Amino acid sequence: MEARDTPVSRDGAATSAGHSFARLSPERLLVFGGIALILVGMVFGDVFAVFILHPNADRIGSHLLEATQAVAAGDTIAIQAQFARISALLENRGTKVDTHVHIIKFGYLSLILALIQPYIALAEHVRKRWAQVFLAGAILLPVSVFCIHYVGLTYSPLQFIGWASITADLGGLLVIVACLGFLAGLWGYLTGSRQTTTQAEQVFRDQSWAARTLLAGGTLLILAGFLHGAYYAGVYRDAHEEQDAALLGAMADRAASGDLTAAVEAVKQYGALQGSKAVHIAAHSHIIEFGLMAILLAFVQSYVFLSERWKRRWVVVFLLGSVILPLFVLLELRWGLVAGGGADVGGLLVILALIGMLVGICRHSGRLDAQSGAVP
Amino acid sequence: MSTSRKLLLIGGLVLVNWAMAYGLWYALFAEHQHLEGMTASLATAFTRAGERNLPDARAAIDAYAKTKFAYVRHVDVHSHWGGLALLLILFGAIFDRVSFSERARLWLAAVFVAGSALFPLGVILQVADPGWLPRALAVLGSGMVTGAMVFVAWGLARQQ
Repeated sequence: MEARDTPVSRDGAATSAGHSFARLSPERLLVFGGIALILVGMVFGDVFAVFILHPNADRIGSHLLEATQAVAAGDTIAIQAQFARISALLENRGTKVDTHVHIIKFGYLSLILALIQPYIALAEHVRKRWAQVFLAGAILLPVSVFCIHYVGLTYSPLQFIGWASITADLGGLLVIVACLGFLAGLWGYLTGSRQTTTQAEQVFRDQSWAARTLLAGGTLLILAGFLHGAYYAGVYRDAHEEQDAALLGAMADRAASGDLTAAVEAVKQYGALQGSKAVHIAAHSHIIEFGLMAILLAFVQSYVFLSERWKRRWVVVFLLGSVILPLFVLLELRWGLVAGGGADVGGLLVILALIGMLVGICRHSGRLDAQSGAVP
Repeated sequence: MSTSRKLLLIGGLVLVNWAMAYGLWYALFAEHQHLEGMTASLATAFTRAGERNLPDARAAIDAYAKTKFAYVRHVDVHSHWGGLALLLILFGAIFDRVSFSERARLWLAAVFVAGSALFPLGVILQVADPGWLPRALAVLGSGMVTGAMVFVAWGLARQQ
């Protein structure tokens, strides 16, 4: 990392950003990789919510209802057939959620690793290699998790784990090894001969309106997410866990005793309970993740080569979407699909803002390459 | 680099590696067994109910609830350790912008790091011990993290 000492101007980070964002540098690799992972993860999440999550929930409910009716009829073969279908639907849903969550989390981690590159005391080609290993693992894991439902145990040498799970674990291992490599570099920086990183650190001191607004907004979003999580854990979590088992027991008991009406009512309540749990957890995780993303985006504003007016617009759009999505997810309990549509609009705003910022970063990269003569 | 920033950056990177290693261990050695166990318990419960064997059906529901309790906490712990670690690294990068003395920032960083480790630890200990101590540890840890976050927000607001 080159070491320079220049004064910090209000929007001066943009001038320094180029030095740590050279062509094919680990910083650029991680920033582009990070934003691309987040974008893909969010688009995947939207598609997953519309085409798999909601239809799956309905199918699981109907199979549970049929299993309850089979209990009343004493048809054990039908019961097992229904649970085999429920198991497949749950695996489909679970692997899609895991894909969505991991791809976005790796995107955040990629951006964070890009930001701390000035403190990694390793040669540039070594840092680049670790960045490549990280991104390879960050892509391999979610892609493999996505395939788990379709590959199953085909040709698997193990009893519980199929090939897709094995390659997913390999992806996780690559990410861990890369992070350990960066950790060793950070340790080397802190304990060894340090380079001056004054200019590289200017990215953290960006005082532009866009950076300050994203930093403040992100901090508030995370705090709101923490408070909501504490409220949910304190008020609902234990009660939800007790109700979960109690309602399943009621379904089996009532159906076995011939009271099918009460059993069907228990199935309905169970569905509502799952919806309530999913909504609270989704709101909690999304508001914190958008807060985290807002803070990360505050630091990459110096890489966004757009006019100040457009930078501000994308910041406002991003923060608006970050509030709308979790708020409307919570409102789904009262307003149903109307609120679901509102949440989708929030997600769309976030995606649009990210694309807008990514375009700015591409323009910044192109400008740097043109200035350095890397492109004709 | 200030000591508070070092603490947050090193703490965050150690914690993120720990979280990922934990997730890898769980995926390899326990997750599939837990998922299979939950589905099998539910199928058994309904099958026994179909056979009008209600005591066995209730026992299977209890087994399902116990496995699910453990499964939810393992997944929670993996995601919370990982998420909090990302926050530690992020705030480690900008902690000089938190407008308190370095001594206060160091305390704040220590509380943030300790809370980030303790909160999920308390959650996962509930699997082995459903008593009050792990719950108290989780509440204490989450309180430390939330309190630290409030002060970080205040410090950043003062700076701005």
